[in-house]
Amino acid sequence: MAKQYVSATINGEQSEFLCETQQSMLDVLRDVIGLTGAKEGCGSGDCGACSIILDGRLVCSCLMLGVEANGTTITTIEGIAQGDKLHPIQQKFLEHAALQCGFCTPGLIVATKALLDENPNPTETEARYWLAGNLCRCTGYDKVIRAVMDAAAVMRGEAA
Amino acid sequence: MNYIDSSLKVVGTRPLRPDGVDKVTGRALYSADTRAAGMLWGKILRSPHAHARIVKIDTSKAEAMAGVYAVCSAADFPDIPSEEAFVGEGPMNFRDLAQNVMARGKVLYEGHAVAAVAASTPAVADAALAAIEVTYDVLPYVIDVEDAMAADAPVLHDDMFTAGVDPKPTKASNIAKVVKFKKGDVEAGFAAADVIIEDSYTTQPVHQAYIEPHACLATCAADGQVTIHASSQGHFMIRAYTAKLLGMDMSNIRVNPAEIGGGFGGKTLIYIEPVAVKLSQKSGRPVKIQMSREDVFRGTGPTSGASVTVKLGAKKDGTIVAAQTVLKFQAGAFAGSPINPGCMCGFALYDIENIDVLGYDVVSNRPKVAAYRAPGAPIASFAVESLIDDLASKLGMDPLTLRQKNMAKNGTKTHYGPTHQNIGFEQVLAAVQTHPHWKSALPAGQGRGLACGFWFNIGGESTATVHINEDGSVTVATGSPDIGGSRASMGMMVAEVLGVDISMVKATIADTASIGFTHLTGGSRVTFATGMAATQAAEKVVDELKKRAAMIWEIQPDAVEWRDGKAFPAGSNAGGFEPLDLAELALKAARTGGPVNAEVSVNAQGAGAGFGAHICDVSVDKETGHVKIERYTAIQDVGKAIHPSYVEGQIQGGAAQGIGWALSEEYIYSNKGQMDNPGFLDYRCPVASDLPMIEAVLVEVPNPRHPFGVRGVGEVPIVPPMAAVANAIKGATGLRMPDLPMTPPKIRAAFDAAG
Repeated sequence: MAKQYVSATINGEQSEFLCETQQSMLDVLRDVIGLTGAKEGCGSGDCGACSIILDGRLVCSCLMLGVEANGTTITTIEGIAQGDKLHPIQQKFLEHAALQCGFCTPGLIVATKALLDENPNPTETEARYWLAGNLCRCTGYDKVIRAVMDAAAVMRGEAA
Repeated sequence: MNYIDSSLKVVGTRPLRPDGVDKVTGRALYSADTRAAGMLWGKILRSPHAHARIVKIDTSKAEAMAGVYAVCSAADFPDIPSEEAFVGEGPMNFRDLAQNVMARGKVLYEGHAVAAVAASTPAVADAALAAIEVTYDVLPYVIDVEDAMAADAPVLHDDMFTAGVDPKPTKASNIAKVVKFKKGDVEAGFAAADVIIEDSYTTQPVHQAYIEPHACLATCAADGQVTIHASSQGHFMIRAYTAKLLGMDMSNIRVNPAEIGGGFGGKTLIYIEPVAVKLSQKSGRPVKIQMSREDVFRGTGPTSGASVTVKLGAKKDGTIVAAQTVLKFQAGAFAGSPINPGCMCGFALYDIENIDVLGYDVVSNRPKVAAYRAPGAPIASFAVESLIDDLASKLGMDPLTLRQKNMAKNGTKTHYGPTHQNIGFEQVLAAVQTHPHWKSALPAGQGRGLACGFWFNIGGESTATVHINEDGSVTVATGSPDIGGSRASMGMMVAEVLGVDISMVKATIADTASIGFTHLTGGSRVTFATGMAATQAAEKVVDELKKRAAMIWEIQPDAVEWRDGKAFPAGSNAGGFEPLDLAELALKAARTGGPVNAEVSVNAQGAGAGFGAHICDVSVDKETGHVKIERYTAIQDVGKAIHPSYVEGQIQGGAAQGIGWALSEEYIYSNKGQMDNPGFLDYRCPVASDLPMIEAVLVEVPNPRHPFGVRGVGEVPIVPPMAAVANAIKGATGLRMPDLPMTPPKIRAAFDAAG
């Protein structure tokens, strides 16, 4: 079957690509467009390492077809920082040592961005439940949650 | 030099990690993140049967398909003879490794690799796998360890005769090995005991569940030179094993270490690299193989499941006078469970006069086990620490007091030989006693558990190079893949020795052609052993810089002092010349003898053993059987924390994995010997909402055998959690849960049985 033409806004840029109808958005990002920040940890929507924000919604890009991206606006991990200026979430992940191997980190940061866009002042419990779809095997989540809460405070203008 | 009593400026602080920005922006390149021009996609066909003879593999239809460029099976690989090698955390037989990578003659577990293809797209590769016709003669199989030991069990290997028994057996068996350790006279010990207590326990295999599936990209050039891009816990290991399995010279293989997305021991061996190289050789194109999560569960090694009995005898005052245990470990399809460390670790925490340990290494039709954090120790300690808790109840003693009464100290002779030296178990237990968590009143309805853990830690071979760059900035390269922040600790140790700010030092990992041999990132050895090499390399650089300054000043090198990143004239020359910093010395390097750098290789000895104690509070929902971790504190002797945040991270992560082992992780097999839960939905690792904050308490008893006092920290924290949780459940409910994982159905059943 012929490849499909898809047009989407990815990280603020108008992007056009051709993909197979059965190709997942994750495979499109990684293998067609060359954005490898989103990771495949499971391919079944259970680990969250491939998280992206699609028209304001947090989704696992492995559970979405590339053709479904047509006409949408997508943010990936590569679009979180502004140029060379890290987003406060990224900065706080670094400061709190909230990553060890770093493989789940892109997904966690994208999921945190989606959380704080929707709920700028989450409780620890709300943050833990929101991020329950993002597996991390290294950290035990302690420093991740501290980074999320601290980033939220910074973004609310409450902390340095 | 030894810096343990020095005032330190960098070591012990918490700078940002040098590889951090790449990892929070998605730029860091892991094993599956690279491509090559003309690259093909490699895929592996896996056995649907738990145990079967391979009658025939017909690849002709696959080979004829458009877009398929290479197909291989065991016939394409050398038939490797049996050869034992000791590699880090466990023994490795190269014949077994070869047959695990590609089945030869028989498949021994569901998921065992039988053939592979390289094709233009993943979809074509999948279609080609479906076109390969394998004729199997299906055999009876055995999954569980006790079943595999039965006299009438299906035998996996007809050339396996139990080692360690006299006389040598004449009948093949699934028991690969029997291990025994004895100290004193255990019968006399039990005869002298006032109280004797005994119980049996089972644990299930658990997967390391690193989030990054195994992946590699192999390129074979026309001259036979091979380049492999892969993540692992040791790129030198990939080179050595791939060379061995393909009959190649190591010098013809270069391995580039990709960023590694978790390993926990599971990436200390290979599965796919020789296959990718073979496909690249046959096709003449670069070949990428990446496992799916299902492949990872079905085809790679968890740690052992086990069946354990423990018996303890004690005096009324709590002195444990006799200890006996029998451990039966599943090895998976090939021999080599962590039975030896399992036999050593459970009682290594205590000073007990009479000990008897018996261990069995047992094969069955499951994936071959791989190392997983403190291999073997968590299984033994789950049993021993559970029984010690019950012993405390029986004696009417506080569980901490009972442990303090029996704890191993410097000079305690272990039952497996060595005498403990420079250990900090006493300090760890003292820290438990004074910790607010331990002293706090238990909220109504909750239970509190305490359990302890031990791990040897290892040293071994490492290489580090320190370069002073032309502008005076510093690069430290090592051969140790950075799995959890070790670049930061390498850079910090070097910065401390050089007396410069950490921002001037960049740490990197060199490929196999660019630095001397370095053993695995495993055994909690990197900060200890590679850190020792990096420290010594920095010291050599300082010596050289002093010589260069002396040359410039035309004085003797021993009249130069190095401090705060500068050379100062000392003694009678003090104040005679302006100090020279790294930039000034680097600028003059060409005129004073050339580039300034040093490479140091060590075989580090004296890795200090580690001890930890975990305190866990739980509540248990009587209606559903659900266990909630309410509060968790992990206390550990870490020697010296180079970067405390990453030390805490090791402890918190290990504790979380242990909680998963305790409560939710297990392999579920169908009645055909196939894994029913090969995905993260049904193989349930802890998620953020399952856990509270995990307080990591760092006790620092310096290891005198390391320049900064480092002892390994990564493995101890997975040892105590299972018993800590079980003991807390006992406290909350009165139920002793001897079988892992302690899932809601099991707890509900235990409530029902208790009435």
